[in-house]
Parts: sequence; structure tokens; C-alpha cells
Amino acid sequence: MSKVATKHNDLKDKLVSSFLAFEETVDIDSPIHDIRIEAIKAFENQGFPTKRMEAWKYTSLNSILKHNYSVFPKVENALEYPKVKKYFVHDIDSYKIVFVDGKYSSHLSETTHDGIDVCLMSAALTKPKYRLVIDKYFNKVAEKDGMASLNTAFSNEGAYIHIPKNKVVAKPIQIIHFATGSESALMLQPRNLIVAEENSHVQIIERHQSLTENPVLTNSVTEIFANKRAIVDYYKLQNDKESASLIDNTYVSQKQESVARVHTFSFGGKLTRNNLNYYQNGERIDSTLKGVTIIGNKQHVDHHTLVHHIEPNCESHQDYKGIYGDAATGVFNGKVIVEKEAQKTNAFQANNNILLSDKSSINTKPQLEIFADDVKCSHGCTIGQLDESALFYMRSRGIPEKEARALLMYAFSNDVLETVKIPELKQRVTKLIAQKLGVNIGFDL
Amino acid sequence: MLKINDLHASVEDKAILRGINLHVKPGEVHAIMGPNGSGKSTLASVVAGKEEYEVQSGEILLDGENIDELSAEERAHKGVFLSFQYPVEIPGVSVTNFMKTAINETRKAQGLKEMPANEMLKMIRQKSELLEIDRKFLSRSLNEGFSGGEKKRNEIFQMAMLEPKLAILDETDSGLDIDALRIVANGVNKLKSEDNAVIVITHYQRLLDYIVPDFVHVLYEGRIVKSGTKELAHELEAKGYDWIKEEVGV
Repeated sequence: MSKVATKHNDLKDKLVSSFLAFEETVDIDSPIHDIRIEAIKAFENQGFPTKRMEAWKYTSLNSILKHNYSVFPKVENALEYPKVKKYFVHDIDSYKIVFVDGKYSSHLSETTHDGIDVCLMSAALTKPKYRLVIDKYFNKVAEKDGMASLNTAFSNEGAYIHIPKNKVVAKPIQIIHFATGSESALMLQPRNLIVAEENSHVQIIERHQSLTENPVLTNSVTEIFANKRAIVDYYKLQNDKESASLIDNTYVSQKQESVARVHTFSFGGKLTRNNLNYYQNGERIDSTLKGVTIIGNKQHVDHHTLVHHIEPNCESHQDYKGIYGDAATGVFNGKVIVEKEAQKTNAFQANNNILLSDKSSINTKPQLEIFADDVKCSHGCTIGQLDESALFYMRSRGIPEKEARALLMYAFSNDVLETVKIPELKQRVTKLIAQKLGVNIGFDL
Repeated sequence: MLKINDLHASVEDKAILRGINLHVKPGEVHAIMGPNGSGKSTLASVVAGKEEYEVQSGEILLDGENIDELSAEERAHKGVFLSFQYPVEIPGVSVTNFMKTAINETRKAQGLKEMPANEMLKMIRQKSELLEIDRKFLSRSLNEGFSGGEKKRNEIFQMAMLEPKLAILDETDSGLDIDALRIVANGVNKLKSEDNAVIVITHYQRLLDYIVPDFVHVLYEGRIVKSGTKELAHELEAKGYDWIKEEVGV
């Protein structure tokens, strides 16, 4: 057996045996636990993904699976708000669901049950009043592959958001996971469930933030259900330390005439894998998937998207921009399936990349499987460098080279920002981009 | 203000400028004319600091300082402005945002504070009126989808905003209809003062009816082969360039 497989198995064995300890902390008589038991079996069978699998061809987990992760943090850690304020979009009124080392932090949070439920998964999984919703939605759209199964097996904590019919949530909801580093290496498995009932509207911002140089591995699963005419805007702000890695599994199930937009801003982390799957279960659905990736050093970001067009007259828009410096590597794999019944589908996909150095690379792959004959499907990917003539033009107007490059890169990613509906968030992302590009200029006017 | 002494420059080992001498004083307008491929645009790019061009010998002095080693942005900060023959399209950057960044970076380099937003807006309004530019135009992406005339007007608008000491207009008249030509020339004339200078590069005498030069130079095969006053431009218009070639013996 190779050394690598051993490393995989060390952590796998540890996780499988930890499941017994985990069972002592949860209600094993609940029907949820049957789902967990199924899931741990699935994980035990499949294990961690390897590069031999087509979907993981360009992303190796070896470097992050070698650590001896704590699966349950031993101590509870408190964080003072002033110290972590900067990780919130703090200049807006919002609901907050905050976790510290996987444990709910009540004093950093602001949950509600007033007309909507913005609260904890642990409560939703155990309290009878949530039973109907849990039975109907929990683990109904998440995949059954190794990583998602692992999360399902340990699913206990995370955000639970339920928006009833016709309710427009006035303020955004922030879900933030902090890791403090009190463990030498920590693995987190947050589990979120978002249900937007008919004609409701909700905006959610999600962030994973390590406060330590110690390795952190987050394997997150989020299930989003947008029912008839619901609008869900979901923003993922990924700007973690380079000691932290994230495997994000997000599944969106949409009903007729709903709109679901997921924006992913990937500026940090050691390894980030975004699995984002959309399933259209109704007509006239609008699905939007957008992302900006700006990374350097040896960072790695992998976007794997799936849009499954099942019914007629639906749209999907994918727009991913990537800027890779130093020895950074990127992956974009965008799969679109258009079923035979899904006539009049309009599916658009674009992936544009800029490589700033000889050592950076991007593997980009559109994957279209179209079984209907009356559809509009377009896809395009580009890989290039910054336009030298544009640089000279800007410099000749007095804009220094570094700032000119930054402005061009900002402009390159601007399409993605245009659909961000929360101005303060947009401003924050803009600032992060400037920071990431090492300049101090205001891009917005 | 600008003194070019025996300037030789090449691109990819191909000699383009072969000994240029030019002296421009404050308050003057110089026109540089010449057939295609004579080196006019190269001269403009070399003065503005385009890196692809290599200066082999000679010097470019701005107010007595050799600017040959300076970057394009440093030259801009010292008051050099180039109006491009083919302005570059920059999607995603609005005209206003671009100007704001250019002005504030220039001010930063000059040790000045950023221009207050209201002052900036006032200036933008004044200068856009001067060039008869629609305000809606200013929020559009720089040069993207602009017509030829709009691009050139936008170049002169930028010149008006940056108030350069030395402006080089590289074939600003190409692609302009007569109305746009008049607006552009009017803008340039209004910006003229005793303290700044303009170099107009053009094929045709047409623009020089509106921007009247003090001196006209003919560039041929990388050298200024003839200089004169504005009458020289008329002569070129009437007779073409062949007689110059004969006269200078090439």
C-alpha cells in the first residue's frame, strides 16, 4: 500500500472510529440518526476522493489529509467581538449565526424566531416543531459521495434558516465559522439547511475564518431549497488563512419561477474546493452561479459546478473569473445537463482566466450534456495575460504600473460584482480585491 | 520645454528613428507631418515612454531633465500627455473612474492630496462641456464601443482633465468628421497657454486649419528632413511628399 493511501486511511479510520464517540453526543433514536449511519457506511466504502477519480483529477487532497485533525474540539473557546469584527460585514444590520471551533457562539450571534427561523441546526434536528421541515428537506438534495457522506454522518451543527411563504427578510443573514487554533489541527463539518418557501426572499453571507496558523480543514454541506417564486441570494466569502482548507458542498434545489444566485469570492485558503450543484425542478427557473478567484503563492481553488436542467423554459448563467499569480493553481469544471424534456433551455457559461506568472496554471473544462433539441447553450473559456497595450495606455495617463494592473484586474472581475445586491458587501469585496492586489485605490465611483 | 537631441530608437532591432532633433518652447505648437512609416507614431511613443522602443542614442530633455530612463507614468506625472492614434478599450473601467484614478495618482506623485470628490465632479462637468461630451458617456466603460470620433474626443477630454505641460496628439484627426474635428480643435485651442506646448502629428493639413502650428516639420525615414512654418503644410497638401524626397535626395 502506498504511503499516500496510508495517510488517507489514517484519517479515514480515525473518523470512522470517532463516529462511535459522536453517537454518545446525539439522539440515536431519532430518524436523523438512521441517515447518519447510512452516511458513515457510504463514507467507509468510498473514503476520501483521489486524483484517480475524474472529478478530482486536478485536485489532490493529500497535502491536507496528512494532519492529525481533532474531530471534536476539547475546549470551548470564546471570542470577543471587537477582535473578530472585521470578519463580519459589520456596517449593516443583519442576523448572525456564529460558530467558534464548531460550537455555537451565542454572544456573537443574533438569531430569530420572529416570523422566520434563523437558528441552529442542532435545535432543528432535535426539536419536534421542526420535524416536518427536516423530514421534507434534510439530506434530500445533498449528494452521496465520500465528502458529502462524511459530513452527513457527523451532521449536527450549522445554520438552519426557514423563511415562510411571502416573507421578505429585511436584513441579510451572516453565517460565520471561526477556528481559534486551540487544537493543533482541527476538522470542522458544518451542516446548513436553507428553505425559502413560496414567494419569499432571503440574502445570506457565509464565511469560514481561521484565526490560527494551525491547519484547519472544513468539510461543509449546505442544502438550499428555493420554492416557487422564491429568491435566494447566497454569497460565499472565502478569504481564509493559507493554513486553512475548505471543501464546500452546496446543493440548490429550485422550484418553478424561483431565482437562486450563488456568488463565490475566493481570495484565500490553502486549498478550496467548491462543489456547487443546481437542480431545476420546475419551469421558468433562473439559476445564477458566479465567482471571482484571485489567488497567489501556492494556493489552489477548484470550482466544480453542475446545473441540471430538468424542465422546460429555464435559464442558467455561469460566470467565473480567475486571476492566478505565483505558483497558484485553479480548476474550473462546469457541467451542464439538459434533459430531453428541458426544451427552450437557455444555458450560458463563461470561465475567463488571467495567469500572472509562468508557474501559475488553470485547468478549465466545460462539460455539456444536451439531450433536448430546442435549446440555447453557450460556453466559453479563455486563458490570457493582461493586455500590455491597455497597461501602457493607463500608465501614460499617470496611473503607476501596479495600480494599472490592479485596475485592469478589477475591471476583469467586475461583471461578477455587478449582481451583488448588498452594497456594503460589494464594497467589502472591492476592498478585499484591492488588498489582494496590493494597492490602495478606490475602484468604485 | 522639450529638447530632443540626435535621437535614435528601434523596435525589435529595427531602427525607426535615425537622429531626430526637435526643440519645442512653451507656448508653441509644432506639427509633425510625413508619409506612412516615416516614424511619426514611434516618435510620439518614445517620448511618452513606451517600453517596447529602445533608445540607442541621443536624449530627450524635458525642462532640461533627461527623461529617457523614466517610466511612462513618471513622464505623465511631469506633464507629458499622449493622445493615442488608437485609444485602447478598457472594459469595466468607467471614464470617470479612470480619470479619477489618473488624477489622484498624479497628485500623489506630486505630493498633493487627493482631489475632493465635489471638485473632481465640477472639473469633469466643465471639461466635458468643453468637448461637448454627453454626461451619460462618462459612466460608460472607457472607449468600449465608442465611435472613432468619440474616442478622439475622449482623448482630448482626458487632456483637458490632466492639464499637461506637453501634449502630443498622434493623428487625432484620423477618423473624425468635420464637426468632431472642429470640437476637438476648439478644445485643444482653449487649453493652449503660454506655459504649455502641443505637438500635432498628422498626415493631412486639414487639422492645421484649426490648430494653427508655429512650426511644421517633415519626418521621413526616421529623420526630420525639412522644417518650416504653416505654409509648408499647405505646400505638402498641394504637392504631396514626393518633391521632399527629391529635394532631400532620397
